[in-house]
Amino acid sequence: MSEKKKKENPEDSKIDEILESSRRDFLKMVGIVGAASVAGGAAIYSGYRHEKAKSSGETIKVLTEDNRLVEIPKDQVKDYKPDLKVLQTRGRLGIKGKKWVMVIDLSKCRNARKCVAACQGAHHLRPYEYHINTLVMQESKNTPAYYMPKTCQHCDNPPCVSVCPVDATFKRQDGIVLIDNERCIGCRFCMAACPYSARMFHWQEPLDAEADKGKEYDVELNVPQKKGTISKCLFSADRVREETLPYCVSACPNGVFYFGDENENAVTNGTTKETVMLSELLEKNAGYRILDELGTKPRVYYLPPKNRIFDFKQGPATEYKETT
Amino acid sequence: MTTSHSGSTRYRERVDSVSKDILRNVRFNQGFILWMGFLTAVLAVCLFAYTIQLRKGLGVTGLRDITSWGMYIANFVFFVATSLVGMLISSVLGLIGFKWVKPIARIAEIIAVAFASIAGLIIISDMGRPDRLPNVFIYGRVQSPILWDVTVVTTYFLVSLMLWFIPMIPDLAIAKTRLNGRPAFLVKAYELLSINWVGHKKQVKTLNEAGRILLILIVPLAFAIHTVTSWLFAVTPRAGWDSSIFGPYFISGAFVSGTSAVIIAMFFYRKSYKLEKYLTDFHFEKIGRVLALVSIVYIYFNINEFLVPGYKLKTLDEIHLKELLAGEYAPLFWGVQLLGLLIPVILLLFKQFRKPLPMVVIASFVLAASWLKRYIIVVPPQAHPFLPVQNVPVEWIVYTPTLIEIAISVAPLVLALMIITILSKLFPVLPIHELAEEETLAVDGHETDLAHIDETAVYNEEKKANNN
Ligand code: SF4
Repeated sequence: MSEKKKKENPEDSKIDEILESSRRDFLKMVGIVGAASVAGGAAIYSGYRHEKAKSSGETIKVLTEDNRLVEIPKDQVKDYKPDLKVLQTRGRLGIKGKKWVMVIDLSKCRNARKCVAACQGAHHLRPYEYHINTLVMQESKNTPAYYMPKTCQHCDNPPCVSVCPVDATFKRQDGIVLIDNERCIGCRFCMAACPYSARMFHWQEPLDAEADKGKEYDVELNVPQKKGTISKCLFSADRVREETLPYCVSACPNGVFYFGDENENAVTNGTTKETVMLSELLEKNAGYRILDELGTKPRVYYLPPKNRIFDFKQGPATEYKETT
Repeated sequence: MTTSHSGSTRYRERVDSVSKDILRNVRFNQGFILWMGFLTAVLAVCLFAYTIQLRKGLGVTGLRDITSWGMYIANFVFFVATSLVGMLISSVLGLIGFKWVKPIARIAEIIAVAFASIAGLIIISDMGRPDRLPNVFIYGRVQSPILWDVTVVTTYFLVSLMLWFIPMIPDLAIAKTRLNGRPAFLVKAYELLSINWVGHKKQVKTLNEAGRILLILIVPLAFAIHTVTSWLFAVTPRAGWDSSIFGPYFISGAFVSGTSAVIIAMFFYRKSYKLEKYLTDFHFEKIGRVLALVSIVYIYFNINEFLVPGYKLKTLDEIHLKELLAGEYAPLFWGVQLLGLLIPVILLLFKQFRKPLPMVVIASFVLAASWLKRYIIVVPPQAHPFLPVQNVPVEWIVYTPTLIEIAISVAPLVLALMIITILSKLFPVLPIHELAEEETLAVDGHETDLAHIDETAVYNEEKKANNN
């Protein structure tokens, strides 16, 4: 990625790359499933809009899983909608060649809680059910407090994954830790094991249980949420598959979040859309990881809360009430 | 063959008198029916509570994201712990060669079977999705301590069941001819379960060997089951759980709760089954010493568990310890440590307290404290995670068990009592043949050569004589 190109359209170039690899991944997946159903093993590329064929002789060119360009009759083109099996398989595999990381700049967080709201909206959660939560932190009496958005840390040595008895929570090749709510037995061992208190449990019927009825379960979005199972931050696995930044990252008005691929050594700020070098960002700003000493190897980095507000004033505390 | 014959006759007389005393209780009297009826009624209430939980989700309990393991898990640990006594009494003490454990061993096994069989059910009551239990077998991951737990608890239960059953085979053979007046199905069951036992030399040898193998096998198994249970906690980094002595700490604690359960059972059988002749003051005196000993070992582990982190006072350990020793949980903590551990040990050092009545009182305190102790181990360490708890409803911060949760937690106890009642009402609670043998040994000065005594043959002869 040349410096110039990056300046011109930093996001586009990045997204192009994501798109390319994701498209390949996608086709592979379609290939796996489609091979059985579509004659000749040709799978159909979903990007094409379904158009009514005017004459039956018309054909269309389609790229198959193994990168062959084939022609098929246009009237056989169907819109592709992944079913549960596809969602589950690709959800477990993750996106090849990627290593997602997040950087959270604590010096910029003003507790707007827009990240929280965006996340809860996307994942159908109640106001007190969190995948991301902003906490007031204070190391000692003499240091002013600061706000810290806390997500799942997507550890490379995740204690939750080690203890799960049924492999319902798992680590993907792209670094994301997910939960399969079709499999989780609700033992909550992972909650006990997680030092970041990143996990939440559906103690009651989830918020949108009624509205989400019948929807295909997407492990990358964890919707529909399910009673008696675990949920937590997913690094917006569904969004990164679509080459967009996670919900929280793009919702922040203060430029707190960076998200990107460690393999590319580039992260993009969700507010300014500026892409910077990950290693440089961390080095220059003394980036660190929380509870690193536990050996969990988190994939979320924090930049220290410099320029703290000295007479830290917290807004009026919101009262949270359990609802059904 | 005269000596052998007279020895055999005398042995048979003893068997007769012992079995009369013990089989007297094998019957469905009114007391049994009333008691079981009562238990069933209580169980129905508990099960009703469980249906509410099934319908509405675990939200009907006091559990929330901060304290997500509560009473159920404490109950589970308690049940696994208590079941360990089977191994302590039959195996450890039995293999060392203490003769006085003979009449107690079966009682210990009954408790082991009852508590181990229920432990698994408790876990199910704690699951958010009990309907997905098969997933544990379909997708089971060997890395997870839960899987180890499922495996060893099941194995332990099965081996305990065999340890209860196998030494009872001769008794069943003895008893099947002496069950007049009992329902036919029971006689049939005895007939079947005694699997043609006639006391043949070969049979005795097989029985002894099988028993011995199981007794040895169950030692590592019992250690495994409770060590693994302790690892459910110790493998996490939380202050209060993050301990390298959790295995022995749990095991030594298990012996305390199990022994006190056996004492209570002994006292009960002695009184209501009128077995004063067999469960004597001597036996209580001995088991009292065992309780004192295991409690002292447990105190030792307690000192390690609290003093060492208390000396270093790492931040989170400090918060945890403060809350236990001087904070919210202090009354519970000190109540458990003093009334359930320290004072019982001091009392048990005096001979006057190692008598049935004072001991059953002490054991009741110890047993109740053992349950509370599990609660203290499970619940408080979750209240203070590494990162602060914020922006949640107030009910989430402090865990308070709900009524529904308490009702569901009572169910396992009721079920265990039912199993204990059934096992000790349908089958002899004390080993008839061993007690008869012991008497022979005490009177004749030598062991009965069991191989020469063919119970069935004797019985058939008798029957023939009667018919004529
Ligand atoms: S609660 Fe679900 S995800 Fe967590 S350890 Fe248990 S089965 Fe795994």
